[in-house]
Amino acid sequence: MKTSSKAVKAKSSGKTRRVTIDPITRLEGHGKIDIFLDEAGEVERAYFQIPELRGFEVFSLGRPAEDMPQITSRICGVCPTAHHMASTKTLDDLYKVEPPRAARMIREVVYNAFMFEDHALHFYILGGPDLIVGPEAPAAARNVLGVIEKVGVEIGKRVISTRRRLRELIAYLGGKVIHPVLGLPGGVAKGMAPEDLPKWQEVARDAVDFAQFTLQAFRDLVLKNEEYVELITSDAYTHRTYYMGLVDENNVVNFYDGQLRVVDPNGKQYARFPVRDYLDYVAEHVEPWTYVKFCYLKPMGWNGFEDGEKSGVFSVAPLARLNAAEGMATPLAQEAYEEFYATLGGKPVHHTLANHWARVVEMIYAAERLKDLLDDPEITSQDLRAMPKALPDVGFGVVEAPRGTLFHHYETDTNGILKKVNLIVATQNNAARIAMSVEKAAKGLIHKGKVSDGLLNKVEMAFRAYDPCHACATHSLPGQMPLIGRIHAPTGEVVQEIRK
Amino acid sequence: MAEKPKVAFYWCASCGGCEESVVDLAEGILDVVQAVDIVFWPVALDFKKKDVEAMADGSIAATLLNGAIRTSEQEEMAHLLRRKSQLMIAYGSCAHLGGIPSLSNQFDRERILKYIYEEAPSVVNQEGTRPQTQLIEDGRCVTLPEFRSHVRALDQVVDVDYYLPGCPPTPERLQDALQAILTGQLPEKGTVLSPDVALCEECPRKDSKPDQLKMADIKRPHWTEIDPETCFLAQGLLCMGPATRGGCDARCIEGNMPCTGCFGPTSGVKDQGAKMLAGLCSALDSQNEEEIEKILEGVPDPVGTLYRYGLAGSLMRGRIESDRPSQEKE
Repeated sequence: MKTSSKAVKAKSSGKTRRVTIDPITRLEGHGKIDIFLDEAGEVERAYFQIPELRGFEVFSLGRPAEDMPQITSRICGVCPTAHHMASTKTLDDLYKVEPPRAARMIREVVYNAFMFEDHALHFYILGGPDLIVGPEAPAAARNVLGVIEKVGVEIGKRVISTRRRLRELIAYLGGKVIHPVLGLPGGVAKGMAPEDLPKWQEVARDAVDFAQFTLQAFRDLVLKNEEYVELITSDAYTHRTYYMGLVDENNVVNFYDGQLRVVDPNGKQYARFPVRDYLDYVAEHVEPWTYVKFCYLKPMGWNGFEDGEKSGVFSVAPLARLNAAEGMATPLAQEAYEEFYATLGGKPVHHTLANHWARVVEMIYAAERLKDLLDDPEITSQDLRAMPKALPDVGFGVVEAPRGTLFHHYETDTNGILKKVNLIVATQNNAARIAMSVEKAAKGLIHKGKVSDGLLNKVEMAFRAYDPCHACATHSLPGQMPLIGRIHAPTGEVVQEIRK
Repeated sequence: MAEKPKVAFYWCASCGGCEESVVDLAEGILDVVQAVDIVFWPVALDFKKKDVEAMADGSIAATLLNGAIRTSEQEEMAHLLRRKSQLMIAYGSCAHLGGIPSLSNQFDRERILKYIYEEAPSVVNQEGTRPQTQLIEDGRCVTLPEFRSHVRALDQVVDVDYYLPGCPPTPERLQDALQAILTGQLPEKGTVLSPDVALCEECPRKDSKPDQLKMADIKRPHWTEIDPETCFLAQGLLCMGPATRGGCDARCIEGNMPCTGCFGPTSGVKDQGAKMLAGLCSALDSQNEEEIEKILEGVPDPVGTLYRYGLAGSLMRGRIESDRPSQEKE
């Protein structure tokens, strides 16, 4: 593997020096980070820019709603199953049809298998290498191959084969693992044959083992390393925000369904609502320097990229889900959840890098849930479809994608043809906090103009912990934009704006 | 010691599914990294754009580029990687034919902009702020790439040597392609690297496909019980199989849902949607215009059904402006 060039070019533009990371790596999606240094070499401003968009909410118009599970899955090929499932549930709501129990179980089997393998992808291949191989390890080693070198080929093969087998389960029920086809309003297209069940039950048992193994690896490689623990709990990577996640009737984490629960930075419940009320709680803010829109709590209003109780900024995904819930639904996951909070000093935890740990706790839950579903005899029932009877009108659907809460909202004519589509996609809910995290990390790490490849990777670690998905976050599409210039007073307010 | 051939993977207007299809080589990926040197792969490795710029022209043996071309940055990267590579392979439906994102070619760019940044029900944007290609804030200049008015397939931007079709391509076809590259046994330039026959050939339901298809009714799947053994077309469900290239192991069919056409057409077919439309029309079991209209209500979105993955690569490429007043659907 060739070594990456170490020299970091700094472009001088008058008084400010610019350092650019392009592209950001080891995540789903495109992006660049532009860091501006002042004369003293301190970070003045860091912009986390997402340059991509495609336009799903508009180019779905005029299409049959039943095509949406397969169309929206193309928002993201890393988490296609999240969109597929949110969309399928939206169709249930659109047609006012409830799937039979076995169909819901099939969907949950697929969904939990997916949550598990996608979290494993992030831990071992995307973000994990930073903590397993080292934040400032040479660029050529900071990847899955570096992880395999560190943990050994046997373990490497176990990572690969566990993910492969879970993905084979998804493909068995969903036709394809990348862009599955099973979702229909009121049911699923295919079920579990009894003769095939034992093989998948074994896969589920192995998944539970492997999740436990991963947690132990985290304890050994990360928690026992003082330098890493200091990094995780450092102020540079900490933000006190609101947190959102789906919970069931017992207020424990559920990936597939439930109500949305939001807690404030002190951990107190701020809101609990069903998905059909999402517009009362979630709004999107636009900035001119990126294509992603930033979600915030609508009743709080947009008060800027700020921490704290008075800011509308909130967070989603593993750390947020654990913070927003009161526990986990399965025993081993509950144990891991308790260890997590005991170690980090109680709820809520505000350390962004703790997302990596929370992700492993969720892997344990996904595996246990999968095992429970496959051990339930109703899983082989062939009662898999309830036919829509009502005329379609409006539908709302929500799931917890690996990277955060995912909202789908469709409005159709009486023939089920789409008239309006609104999607709020996982990483968008984290977009504000991610931008804040990158800037704060840059300001905390870069001083006196000193930059290095390792230091810049540590800035990237600030977004990577969220496991962002920018194809998801920017499913929309702009076009040619005019030039805009803004001049700020020292107090921060915009003094003059010039638009071309 | 002989140097290993260099390979790059890159993504344009992409969903990341093609990246996942490479990771789905699973244990096979260990053999791949033994045989080649992956020099650029943003999803998994930390090499940056400047590392590619520093390489000598033609020093990359093959670049597998997925995603459609939508922005100025994506055009630039396609040109850069073309210069640095001996072979440029269009990987996946989006690079091959524009993919699902090219359905946006049916819509006006400003309409899309306005909805996303102003009209969507969750957006709060009284000032009408829009993302800028250039923003100057307190002397700092930050840029975003420009979005073109249309989505394009890769060969509409750079010279392409081979195509790996599918949304995404399967690990089996990828494996075959990598083998061919490493052993220098590639077919004629421009070949689509998947068997040149319709999906029906490998379909597990082909025995129940009628020789003479007659459709008296086209059913929409969500209102229909789906028989897991019978040919979809024979059941009255629209399946793109007859107009779609095989090589995917009929995965969607195994999932008990019809083919939606992601492998694109066989060679010799210029326009997949037109081919399917012709076949469909000749299969309609009626000579009566009113009856035909009724049957075709089962295909309420012809563009989305017939050109789901290939609007950019089709003959029309997208919406055509005409002199007549537009009959835009709302």
